[in-house]
Amino acid sequence: MDITFENVTYIYQPNSPFEHKALDDVSFHIESGSFVAIIGHTGSGKSTLISHLNGLSVPTEGIVSIGDYHLSKEDKPKNMKELRSRVGVVFQYPEHQLFEETVEKDIAFGPANFDVPQDEIKKRIDAIVPAVGLPTSVLERSPFDLSGGQMRRVAIAGVLAVKPDVLVLDEPTAGLDPRGQKEIMEMFYSLHKEQGLTTVLVTHSMEDAVKYADHVIILNKGSKYMEGKPEEVFTQKESLNQVHLDVPEMVRFINSFKERFGEEITFEKQTIKELAQMIKSVVKGAKV
Amino acid sequence: MSKRLIEFRNVSFRYGEEQPWVLKNLSFEIYEDEWVAIIGHNGSGKSTIAKLVNGLLFPQQGEIIIDGQQVNEASIWNIRKEVGMVFQNPDNQFVGATVQDDVAFGMENRGVPREEMMKRIDETLNAVGMQDYRLTEPHRLSGGQKQRVAIASVLAISPKVLILDEATAMLDPSGRQEIMETVSKLQNNQGLSLITITHDLHEVVQADRVIVMNEGEIWDEATPRDIFSKKDELRKIGLDVPFVAILADELNQVGITILQEPLNHEELLEELWTLHSRT
Repeated sequence: MDITFENVTYIYQPNSPFEHKALDDVSFHIESGSFVAIIGHTGSGKSTLISHLNGLSVPTEGIVSIGDYHLSKEDKPKNMKELRSRVGVVFQYPEHQLFEETVEKDIAFGPANFDVPQDEIKKRIDAIVPAVGLPTSVLERSPFDLSGGQMRRVAIAGVLAVKPDVLVLDEPTAGLDPRGQKEIMEMFYSLHKEQGLTTVLVTHSMEDAVKYADHVIILNKGSKYMEGKPEEVFTQKESLNQVHLDVPEMVRFINSFKERFGEEITFEKQTIKELAQMIKSVVKGAKV
Repeated sequence: MSKRLIEFRNVSFRYGEEQPWVLKNLSFEIYEDEWVAIIGHNGSGKSTIAKLVNGLLFPQQGEIIIDGQQVNEASIWNIRKEVGMVFQNPDNQFVGATVQDDVAFGMENRGVPREEMMKRIDETLNAVGMQDYRLTEPHRLSGGQKQRVAIASVLAISPKVLILDEATAMLDPSGRQEIMETVSKLQNNQGLSLITITHDLHEVVQADRVIVMNEGEIWDEATPRDIFSKKDELRKIGLDVPFVAILADELNQVGITILQEPLNHEELLEELWTLHSRT
């Protein structure tokens, strides 16, 4: 589903001493089927932004459109529940939301709430459990007996079992070890490709944004600060540093390389192997 | 080398009779003024080591000796004066209503006189770069600032060992950097043994020595440079290899011989420059 923000402002506790403008006149467009990374410092408005995607927040001013659903102060969709079945949100530390006696019941809770028939739920669980990298033997176990990484996979399976069109991920790898982080991101990426999802990833990791996203939106103090392809946005070191963000490590290296050798290497989302070739041609080539 | 401060002698630990062993016959030593990084994937036993050092847990087998005293029920109160710990979640370790109250808390528990307390609050908040926040309420601080205050609170009781147990895991990149800078400054200025527990290989570069844990055993114990050279093996046990180490490997593959395993960008650029000047 296409997602469009038109001049969206969101104010917490308006007309009170605690009034706080979390989003300030934000506009952007996310095309259906794309993978978008939203990046910003703590307090930049990332979480407020994504809470609009399934109608948990409604703009104070402006319009949010998700497919045919429109959210504005004047016009809230009557079928909010339907919107929420199409936009799945994986919140930070989603394993804190597990509550059922068994893994199977916990995964079934979401789809059952959206009136998916029992036999269909069963079918979905059978497909999703291996897709999130869990053995089927966990289905009968209590989610609270699992390791942290496994608990997170159960919580994610619960969101996927609703079969959303849009998947919103709020720092989905926080607190996992490197192998766990990589596995979870690879899993989301292959789901994104296979099921043609529109994926919105909130992250601190520039490396993940470069690797997976085809579009990047940078937020700063509630406003959109930059937007574009990762290879365009992430080469603008000065602008990013101004809002206390850093460029990906490869870009940092390419910059220092340029300072030392006076030769430009273009950052084009190349692999480290490709970068090694480029370096070789400069190091070996110039003086021979 | 300097004095031995922490010693594990054939330590084994499990959380219950029926449970698997979390640590298996573990032996190592940590010296005064040394910075040791303990690294391993989730469940490798690295946090259990931290809890054993200050007697939050006791081993079923073997013994642990801190500054000449064996860790047991009788000695833990003495040992906790020597061992300060900072944990993962910045929101779980605040007790004071303001930053200075929080730093004072540990000292109050130990009956430090008021004048001495004032002095140490100044010193420790200066040491972590938080001197301008004495009267700030903790919830107004960023994650990185909270962890720096947590470090100050621990330093105020003048421990001989500071343990950071994944103290940066929940922080954003700038928060992580704040902590790593603070820690390396302390290590230089305070004459403190330092144990940092992490799963991020970037955070081990400055350590004197790295202990790599895997499934309850020491998988390797070496300098950061030696550890970085074992890329394939590190990946096998679930750890991530830093960019600069992978790049050095790829350069070797295409025929650019990198002789010394680089720890950071500068070292690699330096070697490339030397090669370049020779061609």
